[in-house]
Amino acid sequence: MNNRLYGNLIFELSKEGRKGYSLPTLRSAQRDACPSKNSQFSILNSQFSIYEIPASMKRTEEPCLPECDELTVVRHYTNLSNNNFGVDTGFYPLGSCTMKYNPKINEEMAALPQFQNLHPEQPKDTVKGALALVSLLEKSLCELTGLAHFTFKPYAGAHGELTGLMTIDNYHRSRGDVQRKKVIVPDSAHGTNPASAAVCGLEIIEVKSNPDGLVDLDDLKRLIDQETPLNGQCSMVNGQCIAAMMMTNPNTLGLFETQIPAIAKLIHDCGALMYYDGANLNPMLGACRPGDMGFDVMHINLHKTFSTPHGGGGPGAGPVGVCEGLQEFFPFVSPYHGNYAVMMRAYAYILSLGREHIKEVGPLATLNANYIKESLKDVYELPIDGLCCHEFVFDGLKDKSTGVTTMDVAKRLLDYGYHAPTIYFPLLFHESLMIEPTENESKETLDGFIAVMRKIAEEAKTNPDLVKSAPHTTPIGRVDDVLAAKHPVTTFRQLKAEV
Amino acid sequence: MVNDQCSMNYKYFPHTQEDLKAMMAKAGVKDLDGLYAQIPEDIRFRGDYQLPSEMSEMEVRQLFEKLGTQNQQLTCFAGYGVYDHYTPSVIPSLLQRSEFLTSYTPYQAEISQGTLHYIFEYQSMMAELTGMDISNASMYDGTTACAEAMMMAVAAGKKVNKVLVSAGLNPKTRKVLDTYALHQGIELVTIPIKDGVTDLSTLRSQLSTLNSQLSSIDGVAGVIVQQPNVYGIVEDFTGFADACHEHKALFIMDSVAADLAVLKTPGEWGADIAVGDGQSLGIPMQFGGPYVGYMCCTEKLIRKMPGRIVGMTKDNRGQRAFVLTLQAREQHIRRQKATSNICSNQSLMALFVTIYLSLMGKQGMKEAAQLSYAGAHYLCDKLIETGKFRLAYDKPFFNEFYVKYTGNSQSSILNSQFPIDSLYQRFIDAGFLGGVKLEDGLLFAVTEKRTKEEIDNFVKIAAS
Repeated sequence: MNNRLYGNLIFELSKEGRKGYSLPTLRSAQRDACPSKNSQFSILNSQFSIYEIPASMKRTEEPCLPECDELTVVRHYTNLSNNNFGVDTGFYPLGSCTMKYNPKINEEMAALPQFQNLHPEQPKDTVKGALALVSLLEKSLCELTGLAHFTFKPYAGAHGELTGLMTIDNYHRSRGDVQRKKVIVPDSAHGTNPASAAVCGLEIIEVKSNPDGLVDLDDLKRLIDQETPLNGQCSMVNGQCIAAMMMTNPNTLGLFETQIPAIAKLIHDCGALMYYDGANLNPMLGACRPGDMGFDVMHINLHKTFSTPHGGGGPGAGPVGVCEGLQEFFPFVSPYHGNYAVMMRAYAYILSLGREHIKEVGPLATLNANYIKESLKDVYELPIDGLCCHEFVFDGLKDKSTGVTTMDVAKRLLDYGYHAPTIYFPLLFHESLMIEPTENESKETLDGFIAVMRKIAEEAKTNPDLVKSAPHTTPIGRVDDVLAAKHPVTTFRQLKAEV
Repeated sequence: MVNDQCSMNYKYFPHTQEDLKAMMAKAGVKDLDGLYAQIPEDIRFRGDYQLPSEMSEMEVRQLFEKLGTQNQQLTCFAGYGVYDHYTPSVIPSLLQRSEFLTSYTPYQAEISQGTLHYIFEYQSMMAELTGMDISNASMYDGTTACAEAMMMAVAAGKKVNKVLVSAGLNPKTRKVLDTYALHQGIELVTIPIKDGVTDLSTLRSQLSTLNSQLSSIDGVAGVIVQQPNVYGIVEDFTGFADACHEHKALFIMDSVAADLAVLKTPGEWGADIAVGDGQSLGIPMQFGGPYVGYMCCTEKLIRKMPGRIVGMTKDNRGQRAFVLTLQAREQHIRRQKATSNICSNQSLMALFVTIYLSLMGKQGMKEAAQLSYAGAHYLCDKLIETGKFRLAYDKPFFNEFYVKYTGNSQSSILNSQFPIDSLYQRFIDAGFLGGVKLEDGLLFAVTEKRTKEEIDNFVKIAAS
């Protein structure tokens, strides 16, 4: 942020004739002419130099790529990293994302050359260690979730959702239940749920939440019993068209769905399956297993509950677990074991905590969330009171007269060195502010955050403009989203054409 | 009570007994169990998970290293979409910058310019490599990127549900396409190959037959080809784009990213969508992932493109800034009407590729390509010289080629599976991954990492 080159693109640091790479040999005629130096590669060179890529294969226009020396590249990306905020930088209470600490030993294990250099097409008996790790991780995840089998093909949470729904669709098809194309989701569900259902060729129906923020059981019964027209000719009870119910538990508001056994029974009774979206699995470690709650299929976001880094938006991993009998319906959604190196990190995490500490994850994450909630609910609007799990949602400031919005609070938090919570989600409230602290944060960190949140609430009254114009201390100010969308400039070539 | 339940003294948990007491008081619970009072007792998990006991760092490392010794380290002559290219040492070091590694999706642009900035660079570089107008912020891998392109073509088309796929497409990609197509109700039709390359005349007749059928739903939304194809052959796609566009179908090319620095680009061939895997841009093979899928397209299709896109804008201080844009396409806004369900992708691997291309530049890319090309052709000639191999198709290839093994007695055991298996095992015993077995032949790949000595030793095994 404080460097002279701030804001430059690597293309703008490029200068013709510079290079940042070294390869074992040059294919120039001059090099061939003096074979005495560097004997091995000169031999290679002279042997190979008869092979030239024919012009007929070649592109006519050369790609515009930067020409930079190594230090320029290293400085550029180091400086870029300084304009970023990660869990290692500071408190990152981004609701529904479980921004927990990403242990360093996990990184070291994932980089072991004995794994990193394996080609995925190597025959099984040459990769016994790598495959053993897959089954060890599978066994651990089965134990932690109460399910029987996992597939590691899905690359991310959304990919896991899709894989899980395909598994369910395959199951119904195998039984000739081809009319089961509806998926029930709570109205508080994440946008990915309906999007995944649509990609799987399924249709979403929403079940309402009751005033306590939980699934409205009566509305669920109504949906199941409803008549539904089929092919315009006959009609049938909706229950026979339902493929699955898709839920997180705790739900998006951080509340445990206490009626889950009754919900599971209703769904199973009509021949459908229960899908558990593992986005909120973290508080359940040491408390409750999805399999025991009555779920048949689930995905796990290894980058949430199992501490693998979020990487600025991936790579994550979304393994899918099923109860006994459903494993034969796993679809082929990727060629190998998904993001294998992410799985290695997750297993290192499970081993580090062991059975002694993994069961403490849920309670501590839950304690941290409740502590913040109780410490702030007198100044921020808490729509649903009571115990939460790992996260909770405020509906903006309690005092709405100042005109300070959730967006303003979020931006002001950046000035104080905190990442903002998730904002304007869930859609149930107008000013949602979703806070998830994770188990790794100390009381001092939480107290500091609480103090700042209170200070912002105070500023909203005494100096609302200061909050509304935040952030003030970040490398850039608020950005013009409309300009970006109205006139998209998404490459350096387009950018140059602008000038 | 607290002590009984949890030891709480652990390196990732900062809570002291005193902290716990104060926090539980604030939360209004007597003990940690009280936090779960609302969960029905019969579904509570009590007792211990059947997992190993906690391990120190040293023990974790020992366990992983022990597993590692059970993996055979082979000198790689295999490709099949995954290539053993060199990783400059700058990259792993920069990728571990935890401001990149431990951040998430750059929703708060003011403190995420690092991520937004490199994604803009990534998009620029991928558009340059493919010769297309624009790129998204990355996809999971090449196979799923291709599946997304298939769905994009169907969504962009007007009520048509057929997609034609060349038999030259890697079977693993085809298998992923089949999965998505089944659930999407898309019908895939195979375009046969002739002499190792996609048959244009068959494609032409498929397009006109399918599009002339009574029901408009039978129309063709897109045509998918691969470059180089699964046999390593560099195909000549002259006339393909025109054939597609005459029938209002999108032309989709799936290419090996690194090869595009040299080969004629999807843009030059007239493709509408370019997809593929970026693994060839120096990403370690790591037993299948993480890699990075790329997707580029023409400007016209930008609003149909799945995934995240970063665009340039200004901040309220007048500075140039980057931001996630065109989000109205995406799942968190559009829900079931979104162009795809993809959200988190492979951002850190996009950074990997960006740094790789920054270091290599166009010159480095060309040199690495030339080395790979020369190595592969050298190996091919030497194998043929042994008298035991022949190229399956007499077509130009780049750094991967497909041979039939005629074995020690050329006449008797032609096309038999057995000699290949025993040869393949001999390669492994000598420390080589001897290509990938494909149909009744072997597919070999060579990158700039393979030395002449390695190739010569490899040929010795092949000749034995």
